[in-house]
Amino acid sequence: MGFDVLLKGNNLLRLLQGLEVALKISLLSVVISLAGGVLLGVVVSLKNNVVNGVYRVYLEIVRIMPQLVLLFIVYFGTTKAMGINLSAEAASVIVFSFWGIAEMADLVRGALAGIPVIQYEASYALGLNRIQAYRFVIVPQILRRMVPLSINLITRMIKTTSLVMMIGIVEVLKVGQQIIEANRKTSPNGAFGVFAVVFLLYFLACWPISMLSKYLEKKWEN
Amino acid sequence: MEEILTVKKISKKYEDVDVFSDLSLSVKKGEKVVIVGPSGCGKSTFLRCLNGLETIDEGEILIDGEKLRQDTKEIYHIREKLGMVFQSYDLFPHLSILQNIVLAPVRVQKRDKKEAEAEAMELLERVGLSSKKDNYPRQLSGGQKQRVAIVRALLMHPEILLLDEITAALDPEMVREVLEVVLLLAREGRTMLIVTHEMQFAKAVADRMIFLDEGRIVEEGSPEEFFTHPRTDRLKKFLKSFAYE
Repeated sequence: MGFDVLLKGNNLLRLLQGLEVALKISLLSVVISLAGGVLLGVVVSLKNNVVNGVYRVYLEIVRIMPQLVLLFIVYFGTTKAMGINLSAEAASVIVFSFWGIAEMADLVRGALAGIPVIQYEASYALGLNRIQAYRFVIVPQILRRMVPLSINLITRMIKTTSLVMMIGIVEVLKVGQQIIEANRKTSPNGAFGVFAVVFLLYFLACWPISMLSKYLEKKWEN
Repeated sequence: MEEILTVKKISKKYEDVDVFSDLSLSVKKGEKVVIVGPSGCGKSTFLRCLNGLETIDEGEILIDGEKLRQDTKEIYHIREKLGMVFQSYDLFPHLSILQNIVLAPVRVQKRDKKEAEAEAMELLERVGLSSKKDNYPRQLSGGQKQRVAIVRALLMHPEILLLDEITAALDPEMVREVLEVVLLLAREGRTMLIVTHEMQFAKAVADRMIFLDEGRIVEEGSPEEFFTHPRTDRLKKFLKSFAYE
């Protein structure tokens, strides 16, 4: 089945190092996206016409453009057009954050808009001040709405890091390809074994996050 | 008896339309005042102005001798004196029944959690819902939720209860269980300001009836005079619309 290739030399270790590269890029992008997205989502909820106009265009661009095109524009485009020399990793984090902030902001905006005005009023009527109302009533409800949706976004971001090999980053999928190429003669069936392990590695990276989401959803069922 | 609520010539406008103007009213401690009137007459807005959920344009509101000022820290302090129950119950969906009830006493009044919970359980017992303490709002019927909302307001030990059409969203068979709780509270001598469409209930609970139309008090009086000898044509017409009862 071609699993033997993995035991040759330090192939398995190399795959794990590739996974580390992918996870580093996604982790950094996820952190930036969560922070930036929450901030932008709150700003958008203030309903300033100019800000929201710009935001809508931004969101549409992110949704319409394939991530790969964005990667090419930022990595190859800026280097040539603006003379900025970005590392491939930096370009990847920029593109993934650009995407993540837009999507995250939309989730926050949606969650905020979904809280009925009367929930604020009921809090104030009980004597809670604005900060207390947000802390004990509004934010906990927003978190409950946000968790499944943001976990979905995070796993999507991790999976999509497989695209960064197209701008020359040697992440887990690229390492897999290299191993297959290098062992074409000795292990012609290597592809199945190697890609199966790559699949498993992605699964191991995303599964705990999904489980966390399931756990929180169950805990907050009410 | 001393006056607990005094409303002096308050006016409110939405854009250019008067919601009410020059409205005055005073309520004595322990008095039950029921406000009725056609939809859109300003009665709900009036209640919401009393605890500052809506601002007034002119006039002043005194609660227990303190002037209600908009946009100050004092408003939170004054709101503790006013318990409000809304038409749509508005329990907090992420908190259990007991947590809903003790949130404000513990966080706002800094009361001891154990003590607040003990009192909450006592009140829940009285409205027949002590077995629901660990349930969540969505597991309760409308009538049960509204009884919880009343308990939640009571636990803040308010001087005045404001009830804003608390049975309007309920199925008919649940109206009674909620109104019986209110009658119970009325007999305890609580001060209440009630907006309702339930005329039978109004008759049973009110010390004084007020008919509000187009933002003005058209008629007020004891429930006997109010229902049996209405003086104005407008009130006669309004009461007639309930006559099939």
